[in-house]
Amino acid sequence: MQYSKTGLVSLVILRMAIGWHFFYEGMVKILNPAWTSKAYLLDSGGIFKSLFEWMATNSKVLLFTDFLNEWGLALIGFSLLTGWFTKFSSISGMLLLLFYYLSHPAFPGIEYLFPSDGSYFIINKTLVELFALFVIYSFPTSHIVGIERLVVKRKTQSQ
Amino acid sequence: MSDNNQKPKKGISRRDVLAGLASLPLLGALGYGLYLNSQDRKKYSADILHNIKPVIPKGIPPLVEGPELRLGLVGTGGRGRYIMKALGFVNPARIDEWNSNAATDKYWEEYLKEFRNQENLNVKITAVCDVFDNNAESGMAAGANIHRNGTNGNMGDAPKRFLTYQELCASPDVDAVIIATPDHLHVPVVLEAARHGKHVYCEKPLSWTVPETFEVRKVVKDTGIVFQLGHQGRQTESYQVARSLIEQDVIGKISLIEVCTNRNDPNGAWVYDIDPAASEQTIDWKQFIGPAPWHDFSLERFFRWRCWWDYSTGLSGDLFTHEYDALNQILDLGIPHSAMASGGIYFYKDGRTVPDVLNMAFEYPDKDLTLLYSATLSSEKNRGKSIMAHDAWMELDETLTVYPDRSSTRYRDQIKQGIIEPGKPLFSYIPGQDRIDAITTPTEKYFAGRGLLYTYRDGKAVDTTNLHLREWLNCIRLNNGAQPSCDIDQAFEEAITAHMGTISYHEGRRTYWDKEKEEIV
Repeated sequence: MQYSKTGLVSLVILRMAIGWHFFYEGMVKILNPAWTSKAYLLDSGGIFKSLFEWMATNSKVLLFTDFLNEWGLALIGFSLLTGWFTKFSSISGMLLLLFYYLSHPAFPGIEYLFPSDGSYFIINKTLVELFALFVIYSFPTSHIVGIERLVVKRKTQSQ
Repeated sequence: MSDNNQKPKKGISRRDVLAGLASLPLLGALGYGLYLNSQDRKKYSADILHNIKPVIPKGIPPLVEGPELRLGLVGTGGRGRYIMKALGFVNPARIDEWNSNAATDKYWEEYLKEFRNQENLNVKITAVCDVFDNNAESGMAAGANIHRNGTNGNMGDAPKRFLTYQELCASPDVDAVIIATPDHLHVPVVLEAARHGKHVYCEKPLSWTVPETFEVRKVVKDTGIVFQLGHQGRQTESYQVARSLIEQDVIGKISLIEVCTNRNDPNGAWVYDIDPAASEQTIDWKQFIGPAPWHDFSLERFFRWRCWWDYSTGLSGDLFTHEYDALNQILDLGIPHSAMASGGIYFYKDGRTVPDVLNMAFEYPDKDLTLLYSATLSSEKNRGKSIMAHDAWMELDETLTVYPDRSSTRYRDQIKQGIIEPGKPLFSYIPGQDRIDAITTPTEKYFAGRGLLYTYRDGKAVDTTNLHLREWLNCIRLNNGAQPSCDIDQAFEEAITAHMGTISYHEGRRTYWDKEKEEIV
């Protein structure tokens, strides 16, 4: 895929920004042994409310959810930042964000204990980040700026 | 694009390496960010909880082994029914109701499951006594339901119904007596049971009048029975944690304690339903009156006895005592030096004689603190127990949260360094968890402040009344002179404090406790 210079720069910035965000969120959680998604899950709303509450109240499921969330965030973030397996990680990131959104959908009439940082109607920042990852998925840049470039080079060399 | 011009034969160029590893500086920056974050966290947890080692209750104490204890229940109305449930005995008709609710409602499904899983306390109900036939019959049905079944299930032997508490207390088939009568009958039944050598679990408050408070203390001590007053709050985990935190001077010098009752509904204000089956034929009215001044038969007075001084101890004895006993347990308050009460019948003008709004101030000059109580007919302002001190204040309910004070001496340096934010929760204790948590992130602060984390409990939800009865039964089985946590001395302090408030309200003056003479003046 051919990109203009600004097109490439903007795509790489977007990819790295999302990677930065994911990686930091994940690592902060990993480094804090007391961190748990319990409160967030208990504050869920919308049609999947009871599913998320079940996840929060079942200690084994919660442990698994916490683990998956922490390491998922960190690895997806690392992948996007460094440009390595970005197709897979952008899809995984979208899935993770979809879960966040389904647990806290920005629908009118649903109130959360934790106040929102803005005013949203259906579209909120989680969803915007999800769509941004869709852009990252559709317009890959890791083979130009990222570890994948080196991998591709090595492969071409060995052929 | 520039990379399209790369020639494979040249191998990996410098340009490739730069583009391939472009994110390295970002990773470095993130690493630094994470280092700062973890340093902060270390600083927080090390500094906030430094030297604070709360005593966390360790689960449910095991049942002491021994023979099956045979219990007699005096009073099988509302509270008596609840106590029987805590012991594992419920009328099969109620189980049928729970079963049908559980078919469509998850709450009831859990409720029923929890009841069925409740540990067997190795007791048998052998005797019941209630002046209202329906209550007595329902108590018998519950006592017979040893397998916790619905009406179609197998039942055990029904307990014997005694028409008077004197006969029940004299029965050789009764080892211990549980009292859930109106307030004015507590002491007469305790005395009767104690004189027959029966151990006693008595609902709060201990007494209805001041003189009988002294008499009951003497008789309970002289007979050496195991006595527990029914303040099940003694088993609340957060109170035990609070005690250990205060002992470690976490909140500093306490100057004011505020406790309260919110009860903006008829049930809360003691306007209970009147059973249509009740009549002069089904109620032994004379026995109900007991030591109270005579009054003609009245269904209102029978079912809503809490509204009349003739049978009740009012807000002070009935509801303030819960708050008082919690604090006496945490702070060893004892009997106050003085009490001043005011209030009135401001909302429920239904013929009641006890006030529906009450404010009381108790002074403890030897401890340099005031205990304030207020009862309102408004419920939306959540007012947990507030223990206000120089370094922090503690909010206490099922949960416990400590909020540092901006003028604190103890936390001055940490507030200066920004480690501790005044007014924001410093740490909290959540029942069922085995630790207290330093609250460090804004999200945690927010949730701790709202109590959301406590809506669901980890582990088993255990009924405090069950634990309180278990403690009493364990002491009986140990048979070594051990008394439960709310023993007759604690009960005496509870009753005298409540009476001081009530007398102050009646006489419109401040009452004092003469420590030497043991006298309210």
